[in-house]
Amino acid sequence: MGAIFDNFGSGVIPLEGYIFISLIMFFTGIYGFLSRKSLLMILISIEMILNSADINFAAFNRYLYPDQMEGFFFALFTIAISACETAVAIAIVINIYRNLNNVEVDSLQELQEPESTETKTEI
Amino acid sequence: MMIKEIIFYILALVITVFSIMAVNSRRLIRSATYLLFVLLATAGLYLLLDYHYLFAVQVAVYAGGIMVLFIFAILLTQKPGKNIRPEPLLQRVMAILLSSAGLIFCGIIIYQSVNRVYHYVEKVEIPVKEIGSTLMGTGKYEYILPFEAISIMLLACIVGAIMIARKR
Repeated sequence: MGAIFDNFGSGVIPLEGYIFISLIMFFTGIYGFLSRKSLLMILISIEMILNSADINFAAFNRYLYPDQMEGFFFALFTIAISACETAVAIAIVINIYRNLNNVEVDSLQELQEPESTETKTEI
Repeated sequence: MMIKEIIFYILALVITVFSIMAVNSRRLIRSATYLLFVLLATAGLYLLLDYHYLFAVQVAVYAGGIMVLFIFAILLTQKPGKNIRPEPLLQRVMAILLSSAGLIFCGIIIYQSVNRVYHYVEKVEIPVKEIGSTLMGTGKYEYILPFEAISIMLLACIVGAIMIARKR
């Protein structure tokens, strides 16, 4: 139980060390996601959550299956996907700012169009 | 090697402190800077695990590309030097309660059960030639299909971001 304390000072970094770091980062991200109201802060929290998942992939791959590369490539693809997600989300945030002049979550309801009579002309 | 352990604990301290500061800061540009420190410390963890290619990707894509996107978005949408107003207290207390409950739950599970199976195998870094042939191969345990899917997804993401952000 508790390889962190048993191995302290012996020069071996236990697997739990990496998992605990990613756990702290993950739940800090959850806290930021739940408590902040700015869309950009929510996005920063999401980045933190994705990043903590990447640490887990790399650490599990290195410690448990050092001859294979599945976790390595999964972390690589996750980084690419989170880059995509950030680009699209920031485009959406800038579009919202253009319409509403702020990026607070509470004001997003104003983006809904009222029951309008005009017909949609084009997409 | 003792020095690796010291570096590991320094990186752990940096990640913990700066991730908490990043989600608590009142100014968005500061919390983006703290997020940059967190991402760089994560890159240091990959270096400690001997994944040098992943280190390079993390620095280039996360700390380079995504942070530039964040800083541009913050500068485009915030008045400089203005603090964002604090959130309601109830929301923050609920968030602290929920996240620390999850932290304690998962922490106890990890502390008690992840201690049997592993040992760190000292290996040299994966050669880049092997990474490239695995990424481009079509055989078993090779990754041409996800690679192509990612490339199409990047293209769709470029088109989608331009479509959403352009002026009408």
